[in-house]
Amino acid sequence: MKFSLSWLKRHLDTDLSIPALTDAMTMAGLEIEHVEDPAARLAPFTTARVIAAEPHPDADKLRVCRVDTKDGEKQIVCGAPNARAGMTAIYAPLGAYIPGLDFALDPKPRKIRGVESHGMLCSTKELEAGEDHDGIADLTGDWPVGTPAAEALGLNDPVIDFEVTPNRPDWLGVHGIARDLAAAGAGTFKSAPVGIVAGLFPCPVTIETDWPEACPVFAGRVIKGVKNGPSPDWLQRWLKAVGLRPINLLVDVTNFVSYDRARPLHVYDLSKIGRTIRARRGAGEADRFEALDGREYDPASHHCVIADDTRCLGLGGIMGGMYSGCTGDTKDVFIESAWFDPAITRVTGRETGIDSDAKYRFERGVDPESVMDGLELATALILEYGGGEPSEVRVAGKAPGRLAAIELDIARVKTLLGLDLPPQRIEDILTALGFKVTRGAVWTVAPPSWRRDCREAADLIEEIARIEGYDKLPATRLSRPEGRLDAPATPLQNRVRAARRAVAQRGYQEAVTWSFCHHAQAALFGGAGPGLRLANPISSELDVMRPSALIHLITALEANARRGLGDARFFEAGPIYLNDQPDGQRTVVAAARRVVASRDWRGGAAPDVFDIKADVLAALAAAEAPVDNLQITADARDWWHPGRSGVLRLGRNMIAEFGEIHPRVLKALDVEGRVVAFEIVLDAIPAARKKALKARPALALSDLMPVRRDFAFLAPDSLAAGELLRAVRGADKALITDAALFDRYAGQGVPQGHVSLAVEVTLQPTGKTLTDAEIDAASKAIIAAAEKAGARLRS
Amino acid sequence: MMSQTADLDALEARLSAGIAAAADLKALDDIRVAALGKKGEVSLKMRELGAMSPDERQVMGPALNGLRDRLSAALDARKQVLEDAALNAALASERIDITLPARREPQGSLHPVAQVMEELAAIFADMGFAVAEGPDVEDDFHNFTALNFPAGHPARDMHDTFFMTPGADGVAKLLRTHTSPVQIRTLMNNKPPIRIIAPGRVYRCDWDQTHTPMFHQVEGLVIDRDTHMGHLKGCLIDFLAAFFETDEVEARLRPHHFPFTEPSAEMDVRYERVGDAVKVGSGDRWMEILGCGMVHPNVIRACGLDPDEYQGFAFGMGVDRLAMLKYGMPDLRPFFEPDARWLAHYGFSPLLQANLATSLS
Repeated sequence: MKFSLSWLKRHLDTDLSIPALTDAMTMAGLEIEHVEDPAARLAPFTTARVIAAEPHPDADKLRVCRVDTKDGEKQIVCGAPNARAGMTAIYAPLGAYIPGLDFALDPKPRKIRGVESHGMLCSTKELEAGEDHDGIADLTGDWPVGTPAAEALGLNDPVIDFEVTPNRPDWLGVHGIARDLAAAGAGTFKSAPVGIVAGLFPCPVTIETDWPEACPVFAGRVIKGVKNGPSPDWLQRWLKAVGLRPINLLVDVTNFVSYDRARPLHVYDLSKIGRTIRARRGAGEADRFEALDGREYDPASHHCVIADDTRCLGLGGIMGGMYSGCTGDTKDVFIESAWFDPAITRVTGRETGIDSDAKYRFERGVDPESVMDGLELATALILEYGGGEPSEVRVAGKAPGRLAAIELDIARVKTLLGLDLPPQRIEDILTALGFKVTRGAVWTVAPPSWRRDCREAADLIEEIARIEGYDKLPATRLSRPEGRLDAPATPLQNRVRAARRAVAQRGYQEAVTWSFCHHAQAALFGGAGPGLRLANPISSELDVMRPSALIHLITALEANARRGLGDARFFEAGPIYLNDQPDGQRTVVAAARRVVASRDWRGGAAPDVFDIKADVLAALAAAEAPVDNLQITADARDWWHPGRSGVLRLGRNMIAEFGEIHPRVLKALDVEGRVVAFEIVLDAIPAARKKALKARPALALSDLMPVRRDFAFLAPDSLAAGELLRAVRGADKALITDAALFDRYAGQGVPQGHVSLAVEVTLQPTGKTLTDAEIDAASKAIIAAAEKAGARLRS
Repeated sequence: MMSQTADLDALEARLSAGIAAAADLKALDDIRVAALGKKGEVSLKMRELGAMSPDERQVMGPALNGLRDRLSAALDARKQVLEDAALNAALASERIDITLPARREPQGSLHPVAQVMEELAAIFADMGFAVAEGPDVEDDFHNFTALNFPAGHPARDMHDTFFMTPGADGVAKLLRTHTSPVQIRTLMNNKPPIRIIAPGRVYRCDWDQTHTPMFHQVEGLVIDRDTHMGHLKGCLIDFLAAFFETDEVEARLRPHHFPFTEPSAEMDVRYERVGDAVKVGSGDRWMEILGCGMVHPNVIRACGLDPDEYQGFAFGMGVDRLAMLKYGMPDLRPFFEPDARWLAHYGFSPLLQANLATSLS
């Protein structure tokens, strides 16, 4: 919402400077967006009289002027064709910044073709104050030398733009702004009532409200014999200042009342409308009409239209029709002042796509009791500047009633704000804002008709705090609660932290990527879950919620590679989405890197599945997953390489997948080369049992040397090495503490379709040293277990 | 006797010279055997002691013992010298160019958004706040209705909400536009007193220089019987000083409107521009940094509590923006488009754990 200072002063007596006024607005909740103060921009420029303008001795197009300025008489070289003796021009002293040219004059006089110039005479374009660039400004009027240019150009009216919060539709009128600023101490509110214009004849138009929910009250009057010329200068200036284009008196007056009182009106050409006019439901195609924006609309039955007996004249509270609109030739008019329901207006505005000043006000809520004031104010202005004879006012329906009075226990002011205020101050604030206060043990406070946002005590306390000033609120320390504080992080939050650090320590950079992705990308990773397609995506590339955090990591690897960063490693700790239910979201840690050999003078190596397997196990260990109990199977889902990927499970729960990404998926993602990756579902890791005591069990160390024995097994390709190791470990659980694979060989000496797997087994005796017989027995058990798994000792 | 001792002197001089001249351990050992071995010259002379008169023995015994001890010491000393020389020669042959580069280990890093979230958790944990979470895919009730956005209210439009296509149950979910739904979920499932912060992803249908369709917010909520707006102001001022790690932060509270708070406010911090960067704490400009207020009675009611009994405050702020202000990123968009160079420059060490005992950053 914009307004100019002079417009504000119509309703507010104030001598505050612009900075003081805008500060007062800010602290009253009217958040400043922009202040345009032409006077500040034009401060260096003043009027000057050209005494003489002689041709330049060395240049046909230049003149040498003698100019009477506030700094005394100056010689100025000027290229304007209209420079002449006797004119009043605008003088820029040396060093002045010329906004329209975006440069500053030299601080010292400059010679132009050999003649010194002590300043500049400016065009309004050079001052960004107009468009007449045919020459320098040629001011009419008798301005004394040294008058500020802003004043001489009529630009000394600063314009303030501020944000109107949705709860304060009364700030969409300058009158309402002035009331709040006066309450906040920025001046005195001029609250003279709007005068009533007596009608000279009965209103010839009958008004009906056929749909009272949408339009409960509709007032109107006719003015005959109006001369619809240009509106007065002051009105045109004010409208231009707030960004409206002056059209003619009738349009300008309705715009003025809309911005002055937050009260939209509509004016019809009386010759174009029937003698009965009504607010009713739209009738679809039958009501098709061309609106003032030049487009055709078919108002639906849940839209409110204004119509006469033959046609739809417009969408109530939103936009009138072209047919019945006023033109320069209009003589007799009918003025509509009605109240339209905010919700219905909002729906109509959204469905038709019309965004007008009227709609903007009605959907936020216009003061229902402004119907008569708005009509009278418009009538008075039309009569004053356009003449004519007014009819009596006709009103149909009844304005919605005021909100109920609010009970206010003034002790709540202290308990809610922490601020001690005398009752008189509380009453003064509320009264200044238009509330009616009745004191008692509990006060009764009646909100004014324009404050439909105030419904309970908290609303009043906000008004009190706002006008008293939030700077008066104490800053009270919020102390820690009594007693011991448990560390507030949840186990899952701690897991996320630890896993992120483990992965970052292994050389991955943490990324944060979009929660949404393209549906075709999602399809590569199992597809977006039910209910997770966006109805209004920001871009067609991001139209579903992602089923995996790997998608953007993999595409980011490619994007980085194309920038020459081929060996990036990325990971992300974030959400994936299974469905649209509150429990349909999982927290994952995903990581990916391209299979690129590192180059090193000692010999580089490309990462393989076992590097990423080490990464995923490190992350799982950090997240306190029971790593030793994980089962590894080779049945990772479709987007993984079928032969080079695995699933880590606990029982039936899938905890993580890792391996190479399927080449078909990479191709579809437009990614070159190969990628290894993992994705851990942190929620799938069972919560560790919470221990009551932090002390650990006593450490039992054996003094006896462990015994190590090597076994070479011959196993068919089909036997998973993990199975063999598990079998060996299980051969004597009390004695065997480790079984480590230290060699794997296939080739000469090993039958086709077999591998040799060499395992070092650690036996840890307890109590006494192992005898040869005991070691033999253990070896036999190990060999038997391996045979049961499908391997045999290599002979 | 005189000639016997003179013989010994000559023997010692000869052997000592031999020891000093021994070029390697082998030569040295040969001398040792020739002098002190079973048949060595000195050993043979000592064997002759038995045949001497007591007077002779009294002179020659100590002389021979002394000679044997001195030669042993000289042999040991020479052996040490020769061993040192051999080791030095071996080490010299093992020398490498230590300016050759070590194996390059890639440097991992943590994202600034995660870092700032951990800083927030550390600061607010000290004031007794837990960290609460909620789903990104929300319903109308938790995101709007329970937060006192009436159906059809223009404040809903200002949120640029992403909607889902209706699911199997015919109800269209939405992406939360703020972290405030976590307030509702917390209030409905816990009894006051409540102190939480709720950081997380939020979504608005907006994409330009300063907006991305996904960003991060942190919500704060305090509900008990006596927390008032002065506590809100004090808590946030303490927070800002802790977060920016300076006493210089100057903040002001200014009226605003949010449907879910009453009174509502925004907090500004004083700042100035230094080149492209923003410096918080000095200057003559104010920048909005967060929204806050006393929780609206309708919100407390919607969660099944009595607003005459319980009150408190809520606040919400942009985590990405806090990161930009503190760490000087000029642009929001690279936060969500991973670039190894940006992450290396603005990322944090995995060893850093934001906390109040060592430091936040």
